[in-house]
Amino acid sequence: MTDAAVAPMPPVWRRLIGFNMLTGVVLGVGGWYVGWFGAHAIVGPSLDYFGDIDYNELSVFMAYLGGVVGFLIGLGFLNYPLQRLRGYPPSLREKETEGFGRYFSLCTDHKVVGIQYLWGVGLFFFIAGLNAMLIRSELLSPSHEIFPAGTYLTIVGVHGTMMMGIMTSGILGPFANYLVPIMIGTRRMAFPRIESFTFWLLMAAATILQTTVFFGGFPTGWTGYAPLSNESNPGMDCYILFFALVGISMCLLGVNMIATILTMRAPGLTWTRLPIFIWGILSTAVLNVLAAPVLIAALSMEALDRTAQTTFYVPGGGGSNYLYENLFWIFGHPEVYILAIPGFGVVLELLPVFARKPLWGYRLAVSGMLGVSLLSWFVWQHHLFVSGMNGDLRPFYMLSTELISIPTGFTFLCGMMTLWRGQIRFTVPMLFCLAWFFNFLIGGLSGVFLSDTPSDVTTHGSFFSMAHFHYTIMGGLVFTFFAAIYYWAPKMFGYELNETLGKIHFWLMFIFFNSTFGPLFAVGFLGQPRRVVTYPSGLQFLNDWVSISAFILGFSMLIFLYNLFWSLVFVKKPAAANPWGSKSIEFQLPSPVPVHNFDRIPVFSGDPYGYGGGAGPVTVPAGAPAGRD
Amino acid sequence: MTTAPTTVDSGGNVNHGRRVVVAWLVLSAITTPLVAIFVGPLIPPGNGSVQGQGQVFDNQVMTSLITPILCLLAVFFAYGLVQFHAKRGAELVDGPPLRHDSQVQILWIVITTAMVLFLAGFGTYELLKDGSGGGQGPSPIAFPANHQNAFQVQVIAQQWQFTYRYPSLGGMETHQLALPANTDVEIHVTSLDVIHSFWAVELGVKADANPGIDNIVYVQTKGTRLFHVRCAELCGLWHGYMYNTGRVLEPAQFHSWAAGQEKIFASIKKYLPPYSHTYVPQPDRRAG
Repeated sequence: MTDAAVAPMPPVWRRLIGFNMLTGVVLGVGGWYVGWFGAHAIVGPSLDYFGDIDYNELSVFMAYLGGVVGFLIGLGFLNYPLQRLRGYPPSLREKETEGFGRYFSLCTDHKVVGIQYLWGVGLFFFIAGLNAMLIRSELLSPSHEIFPAGTYLTIVGVHGTMMMGIMTSGILGPFANYLVPIMIGTRRMAFPRIESFTFWLLMAAATILQTTVFFGGFPTGWTGYAPLSNESNPGMDCYILFFALVGISMCLLGVNMIATILTMRAPGLTWTRLPIFIWGILSTAVLNVLAAPVLIAALSMEALDRTAQTTFYVPGGGGSNYLYENLFWIFGHPEVYILAIPGFGVVLELLPVFARKPLWGYRLAVSGMLGVSLLSWFVWQHHLFVSGMNGDLRPFYMLSTELISIPTGFTFLCGMMTLWRGQIRFTVPMLFCLAWFFNFLIGGLSGVFLSDTPSDVTTHGSFFSMAHFHYTIMGGLVFTFFAAIYYWAPKMFGYELNETLGKIHFWLMFIFFNSTFGPLFAVGFLGQPRRVVTYPSGLQFLNDWVSISAFILGFSMLIFLYNLFWSLVFVKKPAAANPWGSKSIEFQLPSPVPVHNFDRIPVFSGDPYGYGGGAGPVTVPAGAPAGRD
Repeated sequence: MTTAPTTVDSGGNVNHGRRVVVAWLVLSAITTPLVAIFVGPLIPPGNGSVQGQGQVFDNQVMTSLITPILCLLAVFFAYGLVQFHAKRGAELVDGPPLRHDSQVQILWIVITTAMVLFLAGFGTYELLKDGSGGGQGPSPIAFPANHQNAFQVQVIAQQWQFTYRYPSLGGMETHQLALPANTDVEIHVTSLDVIHSFWAVELGVKADANPGIDNIVYVQTKGTRLFHVRCAELCGLWHGYMYNTGRVLEPAQFHSWAAGQEKIFASIKKYLPPYSHTYVPQPDRRAG
């Protein structure tokens, strides 16, 4: 939407003033101190605010809540509600213009939010990855300590928590926000302000988690088990706030996706014509909406235990640590499928493009994803097989856990049969999708050992389970995250990425991913528990092998970053509208997609997999008289 | 793509499906017995106890079962990626528009379901046979045959060490774990502060130590040996250092060891709380 008369550009300093990220940070810091002093006024008149952090948890919570509220006000999230109160007419559009500044502010253009998400998630993914490098440095030697034990646990905790919290939005954030409205033929998400809110809340949360180091860190890892969390430093409060805010962000993101997909599909886009990627997003969004509130509730009780001296999780005070474990894993198991299912969606979406065949077994693929998301609610106590809780229910959880491999197998079958007799092109995104099969197969088959209660007795809590979930989450999510970047970046940014560098990145990442996590199965079986700072000296060779592989794995990420910046900032080779020859609707639009996506709303006449002449052109994108304005 | 490219079915008159299935069957028939015989028995925890041996058998069965699955995907991708790739730099051509095949779908669902049900049934049978060395909580459901006469040991976890009490030896407490050989042992695991996990690696025993909860695990020891004890649940600062070595001793050796321990700790015995399945932790306990 460009105005006919373009106003002259004001000077830079003038453009920095307004509701944007800078104001957000300023008000955030201000809000932090308001909360801090306010809580001291409640708890005690002490202004010795760095001296008493050991016992004044309330001030930490209030400070960060004040900071988050100030940050969001500074970004302008209160403007619209206040305008409505003052009688202004409703509007859905904010900062839907051209220009660089919109990336640093509340913007209701779903494509801007998608790109914001990509850089934001990418930034914290990179930080969490650096933490992994530090972990592997420490484990180079069984006895020599690079970090003090407490620092090491904080590094482990920040790595795990950041990855699990931020990467829930790894595909839902960037790619679903960017692509869902385009793929379903609309111009925006159902709740554009909430869409922006989920992003900025996630960034605020991730920043809070990073500041845990100023409060002594936290020793619990990403699970945050009580009662260890009750006795920890105020750094624990940062963990609680991070995950609770991530929970709010996830929940709202899910609501937004569901509402958009249910209500805003263009004419002709029936449920069986929906791209499979959308089905993956929908299955995940349902999990988001239902799982995140459990996490928020669990952490609220933990926050009360720490501030108001309640005893929800304190065994001596009538509470139970089993309560926390149950609530956490009721969230936590759907959570791992929140991470995995979008990957299924990406793989099945990309395979038809690069095999030049229709998606095989569409309905089976859909039922697979929905089946996984349904069954994921019935398996959580497989994390607690040896906890002593519900010993008689273990056979049930064994069965339900193993049942999940049936719908997961649907994804494998559909993917493999889509490749069958195709015209496969080994492009960079395709390589990442093919790697998904290998990684997720290893992840899934190692899951067989963990789901089997007798075998789980040895593997539970060891490096075996750690290797298992890195195969499923890093192998399943992060590989598809990169597939999605390489596949959709030309569309999102309008520039091509370098293919040679992409292939170097892929091969280094794939080989050294396996070289990193493969030996860890053995390390776990040989008796190394997770999250230890020291281990038997007999395991040093394997640990060193893993560490060195991990460093090269980390180096492959630098190649990716180099490729990204080099291609987008310096080379700037314009991408074709449809570089992959895809039949999906986003590739029928120009690159990058114009601000309002479609001049006229498209009409769909088939699914986007009409390769091989099985169906006619998918859509009537532009200027169709039948479309709505 | 506005123009519909020509469809090419690479080698349309070759029965690719039969080739893959035959190659898969041959490969599986060769590898599965090899894996079952040579790889399966090597998987830990080993034969330090009856329960550990049971886990090895479980691992052996499961590795044998997943070998054909690995073979299927290996054959499929090795064949498929070589046979079905497009020519480099050629015009885009489409593959055949295959959209579904009910027979393949039904076959796949039936086979995966059968495997899953077998695994669940097999795992349940193995679990209920002798408890498999896993913590079962205060009211166990799976017992070894002779559990009424089991030798009792209590494991008390706290930050950051394990201590052991022997109720049959007058509640003697020590910081070394010794178990009599060829005996059914009933281990009661509890904690004084946070969640720990008692992992006797070579015995295939693991049970979480929860404050205020008596987590019972059965293990049938075999011959004399050393084994490692590690904490397998993150329990705070020195979690990584929460380990020691346990011993399985001949009964005579065990009793002389126990007598020695009783003598060493005799002077502090009167300060110990009476033996109990749980010990009430301090509710507001805070470690720095």
